[in-house]
Amino acid sequence: MIRLLAQAWAIAAKDLLLEFRSRTAFLSALVFTALVLAIFNFARDPTAVSAVDLAPGILWITFSFAGMLGLNRAFGLERENHALDGLLLSPASRTALYVGKTLANLVFVGAVEAIALPLFALFFDVPLWPVLGPLVLVIALATLGFVAVGTLMSSMAVNTRFAELMLPVLLLPFLVTPVIGAVQATARIFAHRPFGELASWLKLLAAYDITFVVLCTLIFEFTLEE
Amino acid sequence: MTAIPSYERKLRRSGWWMAAALVLVAGVYVRALAFTPEEATQGLAQKIFYVHAPSAWVAFLAFGVVGVCSLVYLFVKDPRLDLLAASSAEVGTVFTTVVLVTGPIWGKVIWGTWWSWDARLTLTLFLWFIYLAYLVLRTAVEEPGRRARYSAVLGILGALLVPFIHVSVYLFRTLHPMPVVLRPGKPELPGTMLVTTLVSFVVFTCFYFALLARRYAWARLVDARAQSEGEHADAS
Repeated sequence: MIRLLAQAWAIAAKDLLLEFRSRTAFLSALVFTALVLAIFNFARDPTAVSAVDLAPGILWITFSFAGMLGLNRAFGLERENHALDGLLLSPASRTALYVGKTLANLVFVGAVEAIALPLFALFFDVPLWPVLGPLVLVIALATLGFVAVGTLMSSMAVNTRFAELMLPVLLLPFLVTPVIGAVQATARIFAHRPFGELASWLKLLAAYDITFVVLCTLIFEFTLEE
Repeated sequence: MTAIPSYERKLRRSGWWMAAALVLVAGVYVRALAFTPEEATQGLAQKIFYVHAPSAWVAFLAFGVVGVCSLVYLFVKDPRLDLLAASSAEVGTVFTTVVLVTGPIWGKVIWGTWWSWDARLTLTLFLWFIYLAYLVLRTAVEEPGRRARYSAVLGILGALLVPFIHVSVYLFRTLHPMPVVLRPGKPELPGTMLVTTLVSFVVFTCFYFALLARRYAWARLVDARAQSEGEHADAS
């Protein structure tokens, strides 16, 4: 177990170091996020719909689209010079490869979210401080499930024709549960509802995370060559 | 090596099953239209129920078959299971489309709107999207072994996703008619309608298996032909 985590961390650290040196994907994901937030502002009539009613939906559409941009990068990176073959030849197990890629993606998507959240608060005039604790919990739960499935899907999508289009087609149906759960929970948090009203949504998100993290970890090795 | 004529025979034989299933389906319509009383409040519009509900059952059954075949495939790696899963997905897509077409026709009369973001309607829509993703993925991978593995992975994940979507959209909201057959206590339907409904479920299940058998026989034949062409190309 320790060995697995050490191997996984080595793979994640490699990906993050590559990303830290070039910063291309991270910066473009950030600019993309800022642009989506700015453009969404024109999707509502400010006199008819108050910002706080629309905010949870906008937040989660932005997060899931920005996340999807990051996911394509994880395995696209390994296609050049058949780098994936090198990874498979290394002593790291295939499970460690999946866990490592998922960790790197979590850090990547988490970092984009951490910068996008204050921007979102600024643009849509949502006071963040009083609700930060529960909001971070919801973001963490929804992001984990989404990234776990997304990492697996991206490992398949990069080997198909039209990889950039294939990932959303495969992944978006799997976003229904995290997005509905997160939007509903976020809306209740912004409306300062009691915690009990969130509970069923949080349970749903947690159940989704457990199911798909376990399943994707087990099934990942089948997406690789024999 | 590959006996193409035997696959051709199997394909022809599956045609007879299809014909038998079609006669049964026609029988259901005759019974539903001529020998089953009209529903008191919904009138003729309710007749679509005998197509809509059994198609919905088959749509989910077919995805169950995709999921089970996919799971077994990953362990035994038998290409026939992959073809069976793919055939079931195609047939399931057709039945899901039937559900999505007949539902709004009924909805326009009874709800007064073609579409509503009701829980079960949304679930069926997403089932349809998962089917489409599965079929699109199959077209996007050339190499048969990899195609089989990828589709199996998606088939298993999809089969597990369906209950999750069900719970999430249910928590979201619903205005669908509540189940009238599979409910706690006695079924709510009067006798004749209940019999027609049950018959329609059985017949549509037979229809599904006949279509599946035919699609599968065809897939096997195409496969065998491609293989023998490959062998000829190698020989020359």
